Formats: sequence, C-alpha cells, structure tokens
Amino acid sequence: MQTEIAVIRFGLGARPGDLSAAAADPRGWLRAQIHGQVKLAGDSRLAPSDQIIRGLFEARAARASMKRAVPAAAEPPKDALNAVREAYLPHYRAQVLARARSAALTDRPFAERLVHFWTNHFAVSADKGAVLGLGGSLENEAIRPHVNGRFVDLLCAVEQHPAMIAFLDNQYSVGPDSPFAQFAARRGRRQFGINENLAREILELHTLGVDGGYTQADVTTFAKVISGWSIGGGKGRLAGGVPGRFFFREEMHEPGGQRFLGRRFPQSGLAQGEAVLADLARQPATAQFIATKLVRHFIADEPPAAAVARVAQAFTRSDGDLPAVYGALLDAPEAWDAQSRKFKTPEDFVFSTLRAFDVAPQDPQEVVRGFELLGQRQYTPGSPAGWADTASGWDGSDALMHRVLWASRVAERFDPGVNPLEVATASLGGYLRADTREALRRAASSGQALALLLMSPEFQRR
Amino acid sequence: MTGHPHPLTRRRFLLGTGALAASAAVPGLLLASTGNSSRLVVVILRGALDGLAAMPPHGDPHYAALHRDIAIAGPGAPDGALVLDGTFGLHPSLGFLHERYVAGNLIAFHAVASPYRDRSHFDGQNVLENGLSQPLGSADGWLNRALSELPARPGASTERAVALSQNVPQILRGRAAVFSKSPNPTPDIDQELLARLADLYSKDDWFAARLSEGMQTEKLADEGGMTPARAGAAPGMAGAPADRLTAVARMASALMNSDGGPDVAVMEANGWDTHANQGGAKGVLAQRLLGLDRALRALTDGLKDLWPQTAVLVVTEFGRTAAMNGTRGTDHGTGGCAFLLGGAVLGGRVVADWPGLSPGALLENRDLRPTLDLRSVFKGVLGEHLRIDTATLSGRVFPDSAGAHALQGLMRA
Repeated sequence: MQTEIAVIRFGLGARPGDLSAAAADPRGWLRAQIHGQVKLAGDSRLAPSDQIIRGLFEARAARASMKRAVPAAAEPPKDALNAVREAYLPHYRAQVLARARSAALTDRPFAERLVHFWTNHFAVSADKGAVLGLGGSLENEAIRPHVNGRFVDLLCAVEQHPAMIAFLDNQYSVGPDSPFAQFAARRGRRQFGINENLAREILELHTLGVDGGYTQADVTTFAKVISGWSIGGGKGRLAGGVPGRFFFREEMHEPGGQRFLGRRFPQSGLAQGEAVLADLARQPATAQFIATKLVRHFIADEPPAAAVARVAQAFTRSDGDLPAVYGALLDAPEAWDAQSRKFKTPEDFVFSTLRAFDVAPQDPQEVVRGFELLGQRQYTPGSPAGWADTASGWDGSDALMHRVLWASRVAERFDPGVNPLEVATASLGGYLRADTREALRRAASSGQALALLLMSPEFQRR
Repeated sequence: MTGHPHPLTRRRFLLGTGALAASAAVPGLLLASTGNSSRLVVVILRGALDGLAAMPPHGDPHYAALHRDIAIAGPGAPDGALVLDGTFGLHPSLGFLHERYVAGNLIAFHAVASPYRDRSHFDGQNVLENGLSQPLGSADGWLNRALSELPARPGASTERAVALSQNVPQILRGRAAVFSKSPNPTPDIDQELLARLADLYSKDDWFAARLSEGMQTEKLADEGGMTPARAGAAPGMAGAPADRLTAVARMASALMNSDGGPDVAVMEANGWDTHANQGGAKGVLAQRLLGLDRALRALTDGLKDLWPQTAVLVVTEFGRTAAMNGTRGTDHGTGGCAFLLGGAVLGGRVVADWPGLSPGALLENRDLRPTLDLRSVFKGVLGEHLRIDTATLSGRVFPDSAGAHALQGLMRA
C-alpha cells in the first residue's frame, strides 16, 4: 500500500496514471516534490493583493460619499452597500477556482497539500470585511514562495502580508508612547493604543502554541514590538507607503527596546519585530507545535509521539529548514501504516474527486457553491485557528448527507462516458475493497455506481 | 406580563433565591412522561462576547471611563441601555431579551466565567464545552454526559439531542447518540442510493451510524413539514450572519416540535471577536446582538406550546477587556455575561455578585473579575430542569467542579 499512501494520504488523490507513476519509488516520488516555489498549476491569472485592496479602498470611499449624499434618516441605497461586496467577490471566486484547478492539475500534489496545510496553519478568514478578497492572496503570495524554504522566512512573509495584518487588526495598532499617539494626545484627540490580536495569535497559533510558556505580559509586549506593522495608503498624517502593501509605520511604533520571553530585544523599528519572529522560529516549543500539527495532518488525528519527536528534532536540527522537516515526516514508520487513515475533509473530498475524474473545473460559481454545500467555504474557516484537522470536526450526520448529495450530483454530471470500475481502480488502487467493487458492479446505473464509489469508506478516507 | 422587574441589589440573588430552592431540590431522575418533558437549548457565542457591551453595568462608576467610545449609555439617554436594575442594563439591540426579562422569563448573569483563566479562544471554548477546569481534559462534552444520565423518554427517538450545524460541536460529543442538522437542505437524495450506501456501510460501523442518523433526521424534517428552502437558500456568504442564525433557530424549534423530536438542541454563532471598531449602540457588535435577539425571538415563537417547559442558555467562552483597546475594540478578557431564558425559567432577575470595575477590583488589572463559575449555572439548570441529581452532576457530568455549587431556584417549580 506504499504507493496508495504516497498518492492518496500525502498527495491529493490519484488521477488516472498517478498510482503507476509513483509505484516504482513512492517515497522518491514524494521527495522529488519538496523543493522550490510551488506555483499555481492551471494557468490562473489573479490580481495581486495590493490591487485588490486599492479596489476595496475605492469602493469604500464611494460608499461613504453615497451615504453622505442621502439624508441621515433615509436608508442608504442598497447599491452603495453592495459596492464593497462587488469589489471583492470576483477576486474571491477567481481565487477559489484557481485553487481547485491547481489541486486538480498539479503534478506535485504533496507540495500542493503542504501549501494547503500552511494556509490552514496561518489561517485568515475571508468573511471579515478587511480580508474579503484576500484569502487566496495570502496563500499565493506568502505561502507558495516559501513552502519549501525556511520556516522563519515563511513566518515573516505571512505576518507581513496585508491579509494577516488586516485579519488580526494590526494596521491601526499604535504604541502608546509612539510619536503618533503623543501627537494625538496633544491635540486632545482620542487615545490610541495597541491591539493584541495579531501578537496573541502569532504566539498561540503560529509559533509556540497555547502551552508554549508565554504570559499575558509577553502578549502585550509583543503587541508593542509589532505596533506600526500596517498597510500603506491613508490620508493626511497617515499617508504613506504603497497603498495596499505592507508598510511599517515608524510613527506608530512603540519606541525603545523590549524584554520578551525573558530576553532583551534592543533593536528599533521594523527590525525589532523581525528579530522576535526569528527568535520564535527557533524555540523548541515552536518545533514541537509545528511537528504535532504536521503529524496530525499527515498521519493520524492522535499524533503518534515518536513521529512528533522525530519531526520536531529535524525542525530544531535544521533550524527550521522545511524540506528537512517534511523528509523526517516521510521517514517516520508511522506515516506508512496502512491501518491508520484520516477521514477526508470536504476539501480533500472535492480535490480527490476532481483528480479521480481527471477534470479541472471551469465555472467559479459552481466550485464556490460546492464547497458551501459541503460546509467548507474556501478561505473562510471563521477563526484564526483554521479548519478542524481531525475527523470530529467533519463527521456529523448532516455533513455526511451533504456529501451524499454532492456526490450524487457530481456522479450525474460525469456519468456519460465514464466506466465506474475503471475510475475506482485508478483512483483507489489497492484500497478498493472487494465488497465495494461488487456494489459498483451491481449498481442500478453507472451514475449510481459513481456516487457509491465517491461515498465508499475507502474513498472517504486518505 | 407578570410585573415589573424587581430592583435587585447586587448580592440579592444569593439570598433571595434561597427560599425557592426547596421546591427544586427533588432528587432522582423524574423526567416527565411523553409530551411534557423539559426542553433545553444551548446557544454558544464563539469568539468571546463583550459582556460589558451586551449587559452594560451603567451603575458602575468606572464603566464609562473604561469602555470609553464604545460604552453603552445609561437608561434614558439616547440609544441608552434597556434597564434591568440600578446597576445593569441590556444593550439596546436586545429588545426581545428585555421583553422576556420584564415578563419574568429571563435571568441575566454577570461576572461569570468558566474555570478557564487564560485568553485563548480555542482553549476557552474547549473548557466551556468539556465542562472541566482545563482544556483538553476530555474528548466529550458536558451536555452529552448529561444526556447519558437521562432515562429514555417513551415516544422519543434514541437521539435526544441535535446540533444545528453540519457537524457536532464538542459540547454534544460523546457516548450518547446525537445527530446534526443544518438549515441547508439536502433535497432529492435518491432513496435507492441511500439504501445501497447503507448496505455498503454495513461493514463499517463508523459510517453506518452516521448515515442512519442522517436518514432518520431527514425523515423527521419531512414529517415535520419543514420547508427549509427559504432558510437554506443562503448558505455561507449569501445570507447575512444575523439572518442565518434566525434560520438556525427556526430549524431548531421545528425539529423540537416534531413528533419524536429532540429535547435538547445546540446552536452556535460566530463573529463576537470584536478587536477593532466594535461600535456602541450601533455598529458591528450591535448588529450581531440584533441578530442574536431576533434568532431568540424566532426560537421562542417557533417552540409554541413547548415554551413553558423550555430553558435556553446563552453562553460564550470568556469576556473581554474592561477597557477599550487602541483600535476601538476590546481584547480577550475573563469575566462576562450569560443569559438564561424560557418559560420554565424563574426570571426577571439579575444574578451577579458584582466585583466592580475599580482598578483594584479588575483581574490582572484588565478584566472583569469572575465571581461565579458558569458550571454553577449549568449544574443549576441540569439539576432543576432536567432533574439530574447533585451527586451525578458533580461526579460524572462535571467531575472536577466541587467548588462550583449548583445555583438553586433558577427554574419555576
């Protein structure tokens, strides 16, 4: 089952021919994928995030002026309220389609799954105003270039991406003793101060983990360290930077050295926050936390301790060199245990279905709706903790009924010209059980057989 | 209307309800027979609701200065709080809850918290739902453990509880069978396909159990004449979150009203993590609260004849900072508020041992200090409403809750 494990558990499911391509050397097939950037497959052209943000700025300005134009008591026209949504929605749809096409078409499905893993680790949720069109931007601009690099570079790219800055409210976080705060105070304007959100989640969710040994004081200090990490644009005194791109607002940054996690950070400006991120990337707690999440994602909901220790050790020894970390994961004997199988998330289910049928979707609305139906609307996990990575987050009876509904629709769609037994063999290989094969053979129609295949226990697990 | 709310003093609940406790202290498992048993709905607000906005302590001299731009004005002021008593009010978006308070069907708790004292949403929600004093102490939830202690009700299906979502949240996970049902419809699934799938799953218990629950739920929904098409037309982004919660509430009440329907339901709502531009009487949080208020009204209306035997608990993982932060929002805190409403609730009261918001009173110089363990509320509701005895509650449902005594007198006799 080594081949099936490589292609289905570590990859995104088998296209026709994938299993035979990987059969000679399943581990080598995986190892060959973990180097360099991982670009989107499928020729999708997406707008860069700064352009999307500028469009959003313009839509908001238009909305504000329309609101001013109508009497206060009257309801603002619906069109004005929809303008912001209209500004981001095409980008959102294009990003979701591009993601699905890439998953369906890529020849490096292990690397692609790692991209998805990090997107979920560094989750933003595109249902929050400021991030509406940026879910895919974070994945494509910050994660794809660094997925096979060093963890610290990945971490810095993510925390300095406008999507993360905006999602966790750091753009207006102001050091209480910063020039900007003091200026405002002298003018008798409202008090400005820090916002802890990004600092806390970097510690809790991106690096050390919740039990990583930091205190509330560390959170507050770290928030001061990254005060001024913002987005370019703005008016008047706030003008500065390239609109829509990461911009360090020195004026909002808390001046002076800081003591964080018991260590001194004497740097000033942007370098201070980058030094803290570099320090966090080297902490044993970070190695342990990342290793646990990787093992949970690739091996089992209850991560085997030996595998976690092996991966954490590789993380520490290589100073966060990610290909070395992934290599240790592949070296773990637990990774190749055919008994331990993960229940697919809706995302896994959709991507592996596309690959089983060897089709790349064309219609963005159809893809968006499919994920909504299955309860995993792309790029909207709803919280910075990301989507659940264990079966318990996905195994409700209602969720299963939605999978059946989606499977039967997909089966209907691809029914003509497809031989269910061939699809079953090419996509499941040795995982295909005799009783499932028998059920497919006896199905009332080939459409019904395809739906049964997609809903079979062996297709629903990886 | 049963009269005007009593002007309660801060500590009155501890003494004032004692006299009512006797009637509720009936031990044993006396869940009533068919058609007349207690119903319980738990609404989980994920992301940490700002209790100082939802239930503003307008009578506290430090409140306005701490909450600043996002404080809710006192009763009588434009857009001011809806009055509860001399200390507390309700956010002006919570008009329905206020009606229930006046009618004697709502208890508003303040300065409450689970035993969790750090500030992670995810650990906080875990503790709220696992019913223990620390995160990750248990894979199951307290409400499921409570269900396991209930005797079978004649005429009811084996699954006594429903999660109004595609998947089952931790609070309802565990040994007792439960099912999930989201307001998104699953129309037109071919019955023959389902039958064949059931056959295919016969060698895989894990899938078989879920499919069988799913099929039963569909049947329940069909027989209940539910037409979820309207509610389900807007999955994900298409519907405003506020309307979505109302759709969920309608589904909950319809399921509970159907023949053999569940006694217990859990609803969840996201979007309470208001770090920036939270707003005051109007704004982002005000809209969320309005959505919650409407959903609770829809739930109440939908429950119809079941309302007199229903209790609805509205809870969140923790409160938020007493002071507004630098971006006109609030950061993660500790103490907050909770609501208990329903026809079965002996309401019209505030329950709060108010520690005050003076600098010395705050926890770690930033948060409302909790003076009541939420498990005391849970134990009070499970004890009096679902008639689970004290020993079971402390031993099996909330195993490390010795310090959290069940509140008495929450329910009408």
